[in-house]
Amino acid sequence: MSARVLMTGNDAIGEGAIRAGCDGYYGYPITPQNELTAYMARHMPENGRVFVQAESELAAINMVFGTAAAGKRAMTSSSSPGISLKQEGISYLAGCQLPAVIVNVQRAGPGLGDITPSQADYFQATKGGGHGDYHQIVLAPASVQEMHDLTIRAFVLADRYRTPVMILTDGRLGQMMEPLELSDKPAPRVPQKKWALDGAKGRKPNIIRSLYLVPGQLEAINHALQDKYRQIEQKEVDYEERLTDDCEVLLVAYGTCARLCTGALKEARAAGRRVGLLRPITLWPYPYARLRELSTRVRQVLVVEMSSGQMLEDVRLAVDGTTRVDFVGRMGGGVPTQSEVLRHLCRRTNGRCRDQRKLHNRGRK
Amino acid sequence: MTRRISIYRRPEALQDTQTHYCPGCGHGLVHKVIAEVVDKLGIRERTIGIAPVGCAVLAYFYWNFDVSESAHGRVPAVATGIKRVLPDRVVFGYQGDGDLAAIGMGETIHAANRGEAITTIFINNAVYGMTGGQMAPTTLVGQKTSTTPQGRNLDTEGPPIRMCELLNTLEKPHYIERVAFTGIAGVRRIRKAIENAFLAQIEHNAYSFVEVLSPCPIYQRRSPADALKFVEEQMAVYFPVRVFRQDGKVVNA
Repeated sequence: MSARVLMTGNDAIGEGAIRAGCDGYYGYPITPQNELTAYMARHMPENGRVFVQAESELAAINMVFGTAAAGKRAMTSSSSPGISLKQEGISYLAGCQLPAVIVNVQRAGPGLGDITPSQADYFQATKGGGHGDYHQIVLAPASVQEMHDLTIRAFVLADRYRTPVMILTDGRLGQMMEPLELSDKPAPRVPQKKWALDGAKGRKPNIIRSLYLVPGQLEAINHALQDKYRQIEQKEVDYEERLTDDCEVLLVAYGTCARLCTGALKEARAAGRRVGLLRPITLWPYPYARLRELSTRVRQVLVVEMSSGQMLEDVRLAVDGTTRVDFVGRMGGGVPTQSEVLRHLCRRTNGRCRDQRKLHNRGRK
Repeated sequence: MTRRISIYRRPEALQDTQTHYCPGCGHGLVHKVIAEVVDKLGIRERTIGIAPVGCAVLAYFYWNFDVSESAHGRVPAVATGIKRVLPDRVVFGYQGDGDLAAIGMGETIHAANRGEAITTIFINNAVYGMTGGQMAPTTLVGQKTSTTPQGRNLDTEGPPIRMCELLNTLEKPHYIERVAFTGIAGVRRIRKAIENAFLAQIEHNAYSFVEVLSPCPIYQRRSPADALKFVEEQMAVYFPVRVFRQDGKVVNA
């Protein structure tokens, strides 16, 4: 029987990682994810696992690289500026096809910014982040329960595709407490890792590398990576829909913004407005196809983010001009409010949206 | 009937392949010496090496055991990540002067300070080779490189960094030695130092460090023979060749 407990989002990620069979956690302090590092410092050794407080984010991500190369499950966590430092390491993980889990409890930027929550690392997370043609799978939890559940899924996906997987969340979800049910299942099975470095006993030596100097080799490797990404796009897209069957306005938001959109949706429905919500759970791969389908049936798509409009670009790609796309966004630690979202729902006049209101976000003024 | 006895052969831990190193370079010999030590200790099937970014980036093509690449300077972090989850394997990093003492200084010092049970083999040839002969943190004062065309200037570039001395200030390293390409005796000492360093890891579960002063004829701007003289007559003067730490205890000069 699974235990129902009260936890912060950061702790729930830690507990999820332990229950997913994470063998090594490597972290460097940064707010607002410090609870997670502290949780791992206490509970990884208790469970016979490895915890190291690294001397830097660079060291932490490369310790993850080592543990992943050894065929074991590895994780690191940080927040936006620290995640920027890890980008080189993530590119190497992608290039060497090593499975690993990276948690970004986002804070506001650019630069040192503030420790307040943000979704401004969307581009970095979903479009590559480091150098080279690569993607990482990006999972966006919207509750403490999902912080736990998606962390377990992250380890499974990382092993399945030999790829880095990022949990993209924010300081608000990381710090908030909610009840959740902890997984009582055994840790997901680790697939056979014939490529791992564990000593060349009874076999030829294994090499982990991303350097290919023979002309054509690196191009072939890149094609293989892209084939893998197409496979992930086909199989791993995940999202949640609310009241989309009859909606005229479709809200699109993830994480913290999806929570406040759920509130706005309820309020709008109570007022007789036909509003629905599409909440991407995977930000890469992105649910383009479903969003495109839904966009053909609605008068307005309203994107809500804690950024200047980063996911907005993916929404526009999906919608491709079939309906109007509007945006509510806050930056620098600002969180959109339910009433801000409601104010931007378009009003219907003769079957079309009235355009008298300036619909663009405050952040873009 | 005569019996043929092989008294000199390629170590099992070394691949049978062509070298990409320049004539007179020190890397090839140190690769071979490491392979000899791995054979002697009977640890080939449980040894994991980490290659650096630099001239030795392709080291994995020469050794006949598991090897990983590493981002520039992060070899000790990668080694930490491997050794912590596979504590019964023998894990060593192989790094040049730029990798270890410039971009990777933080990882070098902190892995040593934690006393990670790994071995670091540090090839110091006082210059960046792969990128075309730029100043290294160990370039001698006055030494000309492509980024110190007038020679390294003490006032603006500072003096070369002595890594053994630096690491010797830390508590946890078990074995630290600097050796050099100084004739046959020097090569024998390189082999012995590397063996001692591996034994420190295997028998004492401790950190060990071996610095090898090494020739780079191309970018030390000398003939192979003169590069060896440069190592012996100039590098070894600034970087004393000796044991700094034995059995965890500081050895006085």
